[in-house]
Amino acid sequence: MAILSTGQRLKSGVCTTEIMVISAPQEELDLTCGGAPMTDNGEKQNTTVDPQFAEGTTIGKRYVNVDGKLEVLCVKPGEGSLAVNGDVLKLKDSKKLPKTD
Amino acid sequence: MNIMMLLEMAASAYPDRTAFYDPIEDESTTYGQLLDDARSRSQMLRESGASRCVLLDTSNLSIPIALFSSSWAGIPYVPINYRLTDDEIDALLERLQPAYLITDDKLAAKYVGRRELQVVRRNDFRAATPVNPNDDFHWSMEPSEVSVLLFTSGTTGVPKAAVMRQRHLVSYILSSVEFMSSGEDESTLVSVPPYHIAGIGAILSSVYSGRRVVQMAQFDAQEWLRLAKEQNVTTAFVVPTMLARIVNAMDEQESTQLPHLQSIAYGGGKMPRRVVERALERFPNTEFTNAYGLTETSSTVTVLGPREHRAAMDSADSDIRRRLASAGVPLPGIELDIRDSRGRSLPDGSHGEIYVRGDQVSGEYEGRGSLLDENGWFCTRDAGYIENGYLFLEGRSDDVIVRGGENLSPGEIEDVLLEHESVDDAAVVGVPSEEWGEAVAAVLVVNQSVAVSDLQQWVREQMRSSRVPESIEFWKELPYNETGKLLRRVIRNQLLKASD
Repeated sequence: MAILSTGQRLKSGVCTTEIMVISAPQEELDLTCGGAPMTDNGEKQNTTVDPQFAEGTTIGKRYVNVDGKLEVLCVKPGEGSLAVNGDVLKLKDSKKLPKTD
Repeated sequence: MNIMMLLEMAASAYPDRTAFYDPIEDESTTYGQLLDDARSRSQMLRESGASRCVLLDTSNLSIPIALFSSSWAGIPYVPINYRLTDDEIDALLERLQPAYLITDDKLAAKYVGRRELQVVRRNDFRAATPVNPNDDFHWSMEPSEVSVLLFTSGTTGVPKAAVMRQRHLVSYILSSVEFMSSGEDESTLVSVPPYHIAGIGAILSSVYSGRRVVQMAQFDAQEWLRLAKEQNVTTAFVVPTMLARIVNAMDEQESTQLPHLQSIAYGGGKMPRRVVERALERFPNTEFTNAYGLTETSSTVTVLGPREHRAAMDSADSDIRRRLASAGVPLPGIELDIRDSRGRSLPDGSHGEIYVRGDQVSGEYEGRGSLLDENGWFCTRDAGYIENGYLFLEGRSDDVIVRGGENLSPGEIEDVLLEHESVDDAAVVGVPSEEWGEAVAAVLVVNQSVAVSDLQQWVREQMRSSRVPESIEFWKELPYNETGKLLRRVIRNQLLKASD
């Protein structure tokens, strides 16, 4: 459990996933990937990806929790799924914006 | 957050794609190479002990390396205008030292040997020796680190350095660009100079979307058309004066076709409606986007998209047609508010000053701190109004003419004058008047002879009489700066000098 801060980078301990926090609520959260806690350094853990959290992550995609207060960006893809307090994060809809510069 | 993370993602997802191409040197670099270059140059920057990485040059392959390696090293990247006078450049360098200065051979010879300045020729910077493989220095993810300093094109006083922190630039890219959204065959032609916010935006957007950037060192309309064709360019950003010249150049060579050009975005100044209409006719299959933004807002905050452009062109409804003159609607994550001179919110449709809020809005100048109010709003000092959600710009609020206690927008009067068939370009400014405090003066570029009284009558038929210019002069051309901003102060001074 930890309070996450904007810009923070976290790594999975059971796959290659890395994320950056875009926004987070001011409360203790249990952010996991593949069922195992995400940490600053991604220390490898003595488990493998939990089959319940094995949908995988995609580089460049944004993931949000149910109330939309936690939003993260996948900066390295992996086999695990992201979850907070046990709930899997949802893929955020991509935007269709005209090219501006 | 760090813009380096954007490049790292690009280099891991599409390392072999061409990232930048310099047609003058006929050289290119891939995303993977760019990441390696940024790594080794960041070491050089750290070892130099410089507090800033200053770039004094036109577009070339060293520019993206300088931008990214500075953020890796944790020092601000400061591209400055190579068209400034020697004295002006000296004054800026004085403020930026100790600095690492990247420049061309000619300018390097001039600055080498100065104290507090480590001068590096652009080619030496490009060809620097590779990284020490044992160095595992990682960039900071601290969102408040300063990434870029840009001197704003202020027309009075000492230039101000707008501060762009990592969080402003990264927020802008994440809210406006989808990662890897460009195909491998897509490329963009960048003709704005490196020291313009649109030049920074173009590098970051292209890296994150995976497009190839074709760099143009000096804008020229014929050369722009030639490069766009030869390089199969798919998108481009231009300032209004560039688009006007491109359309003129196409009129001269009817055969020019750019079938690959999918989209053109324009911004950086007020676009005359007639230029857009001509451009839409010239490029029937190209999508047009108007992007409004400021240096202090990390580029674009509102967008008028392609569908609205074509709908406006095709509509008989004058309200929808008028949207061609609009700056569009806010980007996701951006809020707008129109306020009076005391900072009080005004209802929709009211004319006032434009305020903007969002994660990408920096609103900060070096040495002056943040200009955001306690709720995070930034006063753009641009005048305008919002109608049915669409933002309309009326020029800088400092340019508003106060005539007999009434506030007049020069832009509104210019728009009416530009609708006249004889008028190619128009500038309206306030000049001192004993009777009114300020009087309305117009300077026009015309394509045929026309009587002043006819033009005054033309304005009178469409606007209140207070808006009719008391004086109208005809000039061969109007003064613009090199990025397309009308220099009203120059016009005003010249009118005042002539009346002395």
